[in-house]
Amino acid sequence: MNFIRDIDVVVIGGGVVGTAILRELSKYSLKCMLIEKEPDLALGTTKANSAIIHSGFDAPFGTQKALTNVRGNRLYHELQNQLGLDIKWLGSLVVAVNEEEMATLKDLLARGIKNGVKNLELLDREATLAKEPNLKKDIKGSLWAPTAGVCWPFGIALSFARCAVQNGAEVLTACAAKKILTKDDKVIGVETSLGNIKAKYVINAAGLAADKIAATAGDTSFIIHPRKGEYILFDKTASANLVNGIVFPTPTKQSKGILICTTVHGNTFIGPNAHDQEDVEDKSTTSVGMDEIIASSQKLIDKIPLGAAITEFSGLRAVSNTGDFIIRESTVKGLIHAAGIQSPGLSAAPAIAEEVVELITDFEPEWILKRNFKAIIARRKVFSELKIEEQSKLCSENKLYGRIVCRCETVTEGEIVDAIHETCGARTLDGVKRRTRAGMGRCQGGFCGPKVTQILARELNIPITEVLKEGLASKMFFEKKLTGEDTK
Amino acid sequence: MQELMYDIVIIGGGPAGLSAAYSAYKNGADNILIIERDFELGGILQQCIHNGFGLHHFKEELTGPGYAQRCLELIANKKEITTMVDTMVLDISAEKTVLAVSPKEGLMKITGKTIILTMGCRERTRGAIRIPGERPAGIFTAGAAQRMVNMVGYLPGQKIVILGSGDIGLIMARRMSLEGCQVQAVLEICPFSNGLTRNIVQCLQDYDIPLLLAHTITKIHGKDRVKGITVAKVDSKMQPIAGTEFYIECDTLLLSVGLIPENELSRGLHLAMHPLTNGPIVDQRRTTSMPGVYAAGNVVHVHDLVDFVSEEAEIAGKFAALEVQGKLHNDLRKIEVKTGEGIRTCVPQILDIPPEGEAAKLFMRVGAPERRVKLEILSAGKVIQNKILPVAKPSEMIAVDISAENTKLMGSELIVRLSRGV
Amino acid sequence: MTVEKRTMNCITCPMGCEMTVTIDDGVVINVEGNSCLRGKKYAEVEITAPKRMLTSTVKVKGGILPLLPVVSQEPLPKEKVLACAKELRKISVEAPIALGQVICGNILGLGINIIAARSMKQEEQKV
Repeated sequence: MNFIRDIDVVVIGGGVVGTAILRELSKYSLKCMLIEKEPDLALGTTKANSAIIHSGFDAPFGTQKALTNVRGNRLYHELQNQLGLDIKWLGSLVVAVNEEEMATLKDLLARGIKNGVKNLELLDREATLAKEPNLKKDIKGSLWAPTAGVCWPFGIALSFARCAVQNGAEVLTACAAKKILTKDDKVIGVETSLGNIKAKYVINAAGLAADKIAATAGDTSFIIHPRKGEYILFDKTASANLVNGIVFPTPTKQSKGILICTTVHGNTFIGPNAHDQEDVEDKSTTSVGMDEIIASSQKLIDKIPLGAAITEFSGLRAVSNTGDFIIRESTVKGLIHAAGIQSPGLSAAPAIAEEVVELITDFEPEWILKRNFKAIIARRKVFSELKIEEQSKLCSENKLYGRIVCRCETVTEGEIVDAIHETCGARTLDGVKRRTRAGMGRCQGGFCGPKVTQILARELNIPITEVLKEGLASKMFFEKKLTGEDTK
Repeated sequence: MQELMYDIVIIGGGPAGLSAAYSAYKNGADNILIIERDFELGGILQQCIHNGFGLHHFKEELTGPGYAQRCLELIANKKEITTMVDTMVLDISAEKTVLAVSPKEGLMKITGKTIILTMGCRERTRGAIRIPGERPAGIFTAGAAQRMVNMVGYLPGQKIVILGSGDIGLIMARRMSLEGCQVQAVLEICPFSNGLTRNIVQCLQDYDIPLLLAHTITKIHGKDRVKGITVAKVDSKMQPIAGTEFYIECDTLLLSVGLIPENELSRGLHLAMHPLTNGPIVDQRRTTSMPGVYAAGNVVHVHDLVDFVSEEAEIAGKFAALEVQGKLHNDLRKIEVKTGEGIRTCVPQILDIPPEGEAAKLFMRVGAPERRVKLEILSAGKVIQNKILPVAKPSEMIAVDISAENTKLMGSELIVRLSRGV
Repeated sequence: MTVEKRTMNCITCPMGCEMTVTIDDGVVINVEGNSCLRGKKYAEVEITAPKRMLTSTVKVKGGILPLLPVVSQEPLPKEKVLACAKELRKISVEAPIALGQVICGNILGLGINIIAARSMKQEEQKV
């Protein structure tokens, strides 16, 4: 058998969990890599979720969800500066609109305390409205969790990956895992769309495909089914009419409910709903779903400024039939699952990574912590955040910072070029968007899209017709036809 | 960091900015700056390669670039007018200091005695109208596609559906056909088209492109690239009618669903804005709620004729020039212009009239298509001016001149309305 | 004798009158629905020898833009417009270009020139 790589550990899946695991692995004296089927990292659940680092009162006591959420929350407080992560610790409110819901809040409080969440507090109506004045005046009260925050999930996954790469790990995108290779019930590697990888350990962080990946090794111990959540995102100017932080309704058994929430960049959104489906590929938004989100939000805030909507999207949660995260070794030796990571997966990712890597290093005494682990990833230069003097200095150092490409979000050509050339850099239009915010404003790339496409073509030295929007088959532009080549 | 001063700083070098600059120059200003974010002046006209521009203003039918060139010729080689291209305005302070940046000059602080806002408008997006479905490549606003086709040289796709039958959508239907693409249909949610009849004939009928009125898109299909759309008929409330859905195969969707004045800078200045035009409230001199700050063109309200844009911008340029030369008097009487029956928007929304009266040019739009109506301008219950309109459409702006004499005698409120049954 | 009736919208003024035109063997014998003589004239020309202006782009080498907008000096026969547009796709010109410069003379032998709709300078070094 031919192998394109011969390494110690391969991680399947480049979402926030996979990249967190890769970073954790890269602390050790072993050879590791991550493979991701899409052309960029974190295009699955990590790309489309509520972007909240939960405090951890929600999951039942003693579950993997609860344990990793609370520990993950603490780890993010440390990692934020190390990795230059965009996180704002705004705190969250769970709002009750009747007495029954107030009773549920008391349960959540008790659960949270048991789970180890700090500083939880029940607030009355007045105290709640003081924090969120736009809420309806007839709400009853809320559960206040100050340790919750909002973040930029894609940025977190990217920073995890870049930290891993600067410590010797490899990231290979557009590389789809096809089959886990085994011999005598033991992992020997992975067959991928780019060739075979020889590895002692395979970590299954494949999100919505985790059960199918496991099945290729003969492990059918769990099933993943997708649960769709839709969102409507609003222009930054609408935030003053909505919320200052994170507002949950009282949760139901199905989900945490439809939130009204700010983002770390200053937008607000409403969503997600929660509907099970069969198709792991179907990420379409629906008019029924959007109506549902709007109606639900109107229970908490009277006026939802629909005229300020700038985009809608949906994400798919990877729900496991076991009811909890699946973080354990398979019956196939060397195959470790990090599967069924739905909410609070984002919050839990660094803690999940610790657990997964412990499962390996406990058995491999030669794999020890590196002494020269480079823990710091500098936060990207954000022109729009700098003071005028700093902006001026940046422009004089590099003229490309003097050209604003995305007018809505004030993103410079310099930042876009940086985003393309950094480790795990952008290769696609949306890859630039997720790293720099170009295209995320109110014109949704109408002004900057063609310009970013031209910059990508120039920097990657490819024709404009080869520049992708997102997925492997997402070419945007075509050559003009010469005579005789009309479509008709 | 450079700190510069000009008498008149014009933000945006499209037809509005260029016309304002020339008018300011003609009216005696000698220290004018135009700031333009694109690499050359001309604004949106440079990508509007079709003709139909300039019949009123230059008495000649021109293409967009041709109109731009005429405007440029008027300001060329004049030491009174400076231009900066490839320069983006980041902010305007209440002291009328513009913060701008360019690769060549870096960050600059430019203070104007007066400022003229001529930033134009942007296109409404899919997200703003919440079309359900997937988010594949192949969805473009018509203007963004127009720029790629006409200025960069690439096609957005091969099998195209256009949503919106306003002029931009119709023009692109023809443009894509001329480039050898197949335009499957133009969809319009209203029961009537918003485009000029000339464009319906020359862009759709000429190319056998079906126009589906009272239809909308209920779902976009395709994971990485558009595969097709589901379309449905709509009722009188513009809601999809269940059971009328059908599928159109296509790989490209062009959206021509409305233009929105680009007012980030205006809002930054906390100018009084009008909720229907989405632009700053202006008087007949095109002064905004901030003294010394003028606005004209699509940034005030979306125009359909560039000739009117130039006319409006010339007013702003003239009065900015007069202000800078100290020739404007402060003794102004405020008259509110209100819209009545049948009139949806009217600019200016205010008249600031000196004792000797001052001519005013009103631009207005009707709310629905009308036939054989009379446009009436009333002051204190009396009709002081009227105009018979055999035909009036929401998509065609109506211009009305009010004489200085008439403004002297007006009360504090003016009503503009339609009278039917003419 | 083939007599047919066709409806069409006049585009001469904003009235946009809907006209019914009776045609006998390619000759207009009656026009109804028009409000003026200009409309009647338009119907006659539109039926017998419809013409259209053509605007498009041609490739440019060494210019500040890769494409040059062009326009027909006069309206072309309507049925030849697509063929003319195809013909223009073959053409590439070199900057600098003067406004009105002939880009394609006597296109497809129709006796009408396609000219530059704008001037175009040569490309400078951009940052």
